[in-house]
Parts: sequence; C-alpha cells; structure tokens
Amino acid sequence: MANVMDQFRIGAFEVRNRLFVGTGKYASYDLMRDALDASGCQVVTVAVRRERLVDKEGRSLLEFLDLDRYVILPNTAGCFSADDAIRVAMLGRDLLEKQGNKGAGWVKLEVLGDKKTLLPDPVGTIEATRELVKEGFTVLAYTSDDPRSAVRIKEAGAASVMPAGSPIGSGQGVLNPLNVSLCLELLKEGDPHYPVIVDAGVGTASDVTIAMELGADGVLLNTGVAHAKDPVKMARAMRLALESGRLAYQSGRIPKKRYATASSPFEGVISYIPGE
Amino acid sequence: MVVTVNGEAREVPQGETIRALIARYNLTPEKVAIELNRRLLRGERYDETSLKEGDQVEIVTFVGGG
Repeated sequence: MANVMDQFRIGAFEVRNRLFVGTGKYASYDLMRDALDASGCQVVTVAVRRERLVDKEGRSLLEFLDLDRYVILPNTAGCFSADDAIRVAMLGRDLLEKQGNKGAGWVKLEVLGDKKTLLPDPVGTIEATRELVKEGFTVLAYTSDDPRSAVRIKEAGAASVMPAGSPIGSGQGVLNPLNVSLCLELLKEGDPHYPVIVDAGVGTASDVTIAMELGADGVLLNTGVAHAKDPVKMARAMRLALESGRLAYQSGRIPKKRYATASSPFEGVISYIPGE
Repeated sequence: MVVTVNGEAREVPQGETIRALIARYNLTPEKVAIELNRRLLRGERYDETSLKEGDQVEIVTFVGGG
C-alpha cells in the first residue's frame, strides 16, 4: 500500500520500516531470527558485553543476524553514567565498522538511573548526547515521556528522541498518551520531520497501534515479542499493528464527542422517538 | 606480568601484544572490540600495542539486547 510504510530519516540514516526490534531474551537465536523475519523490521538493536573468555561455548549473535539485511542499532543498555554510555557507544561503533554494517555511526543511547526501574537519567542522557554528537554519532536517545526532558535532549543534539511508553520490559503499553502526544507536538514544532520513536513498554499489538496513532514515527520493542508464548506470531501481530496505527494516523481520526451521532438517518423513520 | 582482562587478573607474558591476547582466547579480531584503560583501541593498533603491568583490557562483542 502506497505511503503507509513510507521512509523516514534519522540523521543520515534512511529508515524503510518503522518497527525496530530488539534481539534480547529469546529462548534461542533460531527463534530470534524467525521472529525478526516475521516482524518485517529493518533495524534491530543489540547490546555490547564482555566476551566470555573461559568455557566459551555456543554460537554468537552475529552468526544469526543477516548483516546485509538488517541495520544494527547498538545500545548502551546497562550504563548508569554518561561516561560509561560513551565508552559502550564507541565499542559498538568499532564492532559495526569491522562488520561493514550500515549501523556504524548511530547509537541507541540509554543512561539509566537505577537497576530496578531502568528509568532514564535525564541529566546523564543530555551529557552523553552532547559528547556523542561531538564524536560524530547519530544519537537516538531513550528517555521518559516527560515532554520537557524530550525537548532538552533534542536541543543537546539527538537525531531522534525516544520516549518510553512505560518502563522497559514492563509490558504496560503507553501509560500516558497525553505526555507522549505532547512530546510529539513539542519535538515536531516547526520541525515536522523530526523523528520520534516510542521505545519500551510494549506488551501487545494494540500498544504499538496506539503509539503510531498518536503520530510516532516508529516503535522500538523487544520483550513483548521475545517473551510472548509464540514470538514469531506476535512479531507478525506487531508488524500489522504498526501498519494499522500508521494508516489510522495518516487517515485523520474523528474527534471524540460526548454524545452519540447516528450513522443511520432519522429522516423517514417509522418509529416513535422518545422526547419528540 | 599481571593485567586485568574483562575484570579478572590474568598472567600474560611480558610485552604481550593486543593481537596475541585476542588469539590467546581463540577470538577473532574482527568480531571483538577492545578497550585499553577505558579507551577504545582500534584494530590497526592491535599489533603495535603491547600490554604493560596493571593494564586494564576489555574485550567485548554483541549480545542480544533491546
């Protein structure tokens, strides 16, 4: 269908599919590969971690990702300071340069406050954004749904701001649609193509649709697919949900009204109408 | 001499290069990234860079993440 999955840009990156899918927490890499395929995504996120030097066994993630098909978006998950996030971003870029993947140069920035809530630290996020932009990165910054933080992160140079629907992996969906829509409004004011991606909290397909109906440019999710009973089927559901939400947004929904408006005409009815 | 690799103290020969260290763990240089004393070390420097006593090395790769 024309125009539904229209391309958009994040910095110099041309994005063809608006669903970004994570590679964490699948029961197996085979299952991950099949779920990614079913999701139709182009961009997949990965994390940077220490190599296991002893008892190294099993196969590595890179063997299961078609690097010609997917653009890898490395994250800085697990970082609680701007300094650490910058180190991890540099390592991720180096790895992708070595693989010749197009994702070398962008980063999903996470600077988190604590391990329990995994909520983003706005000050650390802004500091890291500034530094990474100086280092030449295209920064996609994970943040809360607070509109003012979102604006500050954009001002710090982020190529995309990614407000959370709800806490990472919580499956609570878009908890505050008003805040997400205010983020969209403020970030896109006078800059309608500024890309905004709802990142985190997706539990099921309708959450993706809601985010897209609000006008988000894309949705980033992981656990909602990886921990579904049938991740491959859920990945397909997410793909369709995203398309539905995007179509609905483009179509322009009707305003909500307090009272009913009849779909069938009253003119010519043969019935008794109360109050008339 | 003793260096720290991925958070653990390791005994390595004097003057061990980064490339030799990577090979010691049967890793492929193209599939890892290296940090030496908290700074990224690019691949073209693996041969010329020798470890010193007390150096801290991180050898990382990609794993699944969201």
